[in-house]
Amino acid sequence: MIAAGGPEPVIPNFGHGSACVTGNHLFCWSWVREHWSDTLEPHLVQHAELTVIAVAIGFAIAFALALASHRVRALDQPIAIVAGLIYTIPSLVAFQILIAFSGLSNTTVLVPLIGYSLVILYPNIVAGLRSVPPGVLEAARGMGLERRQVLWRVELPLALPAIIAGLRIAVVSTVAIATVASLVGDRGLGYPIFLAMRLPTPFKTEIYSAGALVVALALAFDLLLVATRRALVRWT
Amino acid sequence: MPSAAEIVFDRVTKRYAGREAAALQELTLEIPAGTFCVLVGPSGGGKTTALKLVNRLIPFDEGDIRIDGRSITELPAVELRRGIGYVIQQAGLFPHMTVGENIETVPRLLGWERERRRARTGELLALVGLEATDAKRYPAQLSGGQRQRVGLARALAADPPLLLMDEPFGALDPITRHRLQLEVRRLHREVTKTVIFVTHDVDEAILMGDRIAILREGGVLAQYDTPDAVLARPADDFVARFIGEDRALRRLALRTLLDVPLDPLGRRDELPQVSDHSTVRNAVSLMLETGADRVLVVGDDGGARGELPLERATELLRS
Repeated sequence: MIAAGGPEPVIPNFGHGSACVTGNHLFCWSWVREHWSDTLEPHLVQHAELTVIAVAIGFAIAFALALASHRVRALDQPIAIVAGLIYTIPSLVAFQILIAFSGLSNTTVLVPLIGYSLVILYPNIVAGLRSVPPGVLEAARGMGLERRQVLWRVELPLALPAIIAGLRIAVVSTVAIATVASLVGDRGLGYPIFLAMRLPTPFKTEIYSAGALVVALALAFDLLLVATRRALVRWT
Repeated sequence: MPSAAEIVFDRVTKRYAGREAAALQELTLEIPAGTFCVLVGPSGGGKTTALKLVNRLIPFDEGDIRIDGRSITELPAVELRRGIGYVIQQAGLFPHMTVGENIETVPRLLGWERERRRARTGELLALVGLEATDAKRYPAQLSGGQRQRVGLARALAADPPLLLMDEPFGALDPITRHRLQLEVRRLHREVTKTVIFVTHDVDEAILMGDRIAILREGGVLAQYDTPDAVLARPADDFVARFIGEDRALRRLALRTLLDVPLDPLGRRDELPQVSDHSTVRNAVSLMLETGADRVLVVGDDGGARGELPLERATELLRS
């Protein structure tokens, strides 16, 4: 466990300490209002950044691997097996192992997040590319599209629904797993949750508000992807 | 660009890896420019293989294929294909593109200006019997028959001198299928292109082809001639069986009463009547049904044109 540093107040960021806060009631809006800008908002932004960076890098790697195995079928099984193994490593363990190598750095946090999202994205991209009907491919080749044109103008657009479906799962699970990343230090919405949990009497308002933001962030990303799909996939 | 091209298969042989028997055995076929040539035969006859050799979707092992005297191997495959229309079963339309975008595929590859592409798409939609507004629809919103019309328009987009059609109507219901068969025949008269059309349906072959090439298993050409000649003089037992024992009737179906000599009108009024646009086969059928030995042929205006005696059908079959 990482020490949060310094002696903890009984209730974190006590502020003026309304009756609700000192009594540790189920949920205190006054605390949320007072600590939105110094606690919740910065961690929410960090959380979002972590998620976007991890999924973006994971997507880039998964995309490259999927294109490679789309062209050389023999690569698919080895890649799928390795990816499956990565996915079985519990995130807590992954963070601990990486601390030994890269310390309490961003790398330690990002590598597992990237790994999980790429494991989710890879099979979805491959499945999307394979879902293109053979007749469509034959028509494309028969009309004189080059291989690259077939990929970019036909196969990838048609794989888009599967790719976006994969991104939705990857983003939502990365948001969830990134909560655990707070073990590696002050990163994301997991951090206020851990602090509040480690108090002698866990401070409910902080746990619930940060938790609710995790859920809201996941939903927001998901909605964004649904809207993207709707804008890009007009043919079904 | 010439409106039609001559295609020559010169002793073309194709073997698939791991299979002993050739898919196509020294196929030699001369298809004059503007001919509607149907490749027909049972499965395993290599007809689709033969078709795909022409646009090099499948490479051949021996021999040569020439379009207007030039070997198809002289051009890069991609360039060759852009100059050949290609229609496949179930159309193979790009589902993520509108009808208009589908049709513009090859013109776009060829770098046509937007205005020219639009104008051409409009022309083609009218040619294949679709509405101008259909250009904005997606393939999923069309019926099977409409999709195949779009497939045809897409293949004709850059006005290629040669059209390859691989069982294009195989997945359509019989009514739509027949309508499209007739329309493609009409289109062929309008746009004069060389067409190579693959089917396993002998009726379709006889209806569509100026010439039909019958391929038997192992990719051997059994007979290559006009439908009338194939029906009149099948080259061997295989062809005779393939075209069916009713080949005399099929032959009579190729002739309409417009191009058959008729007897002058007699005195009898009670003869069964048949339109002069109808086929000799239909006239014979009517005679068999009514027991009459002749029918009265009438024109569009209802006026009698003459009489067709049953013997005339027999005479026609002897010619």
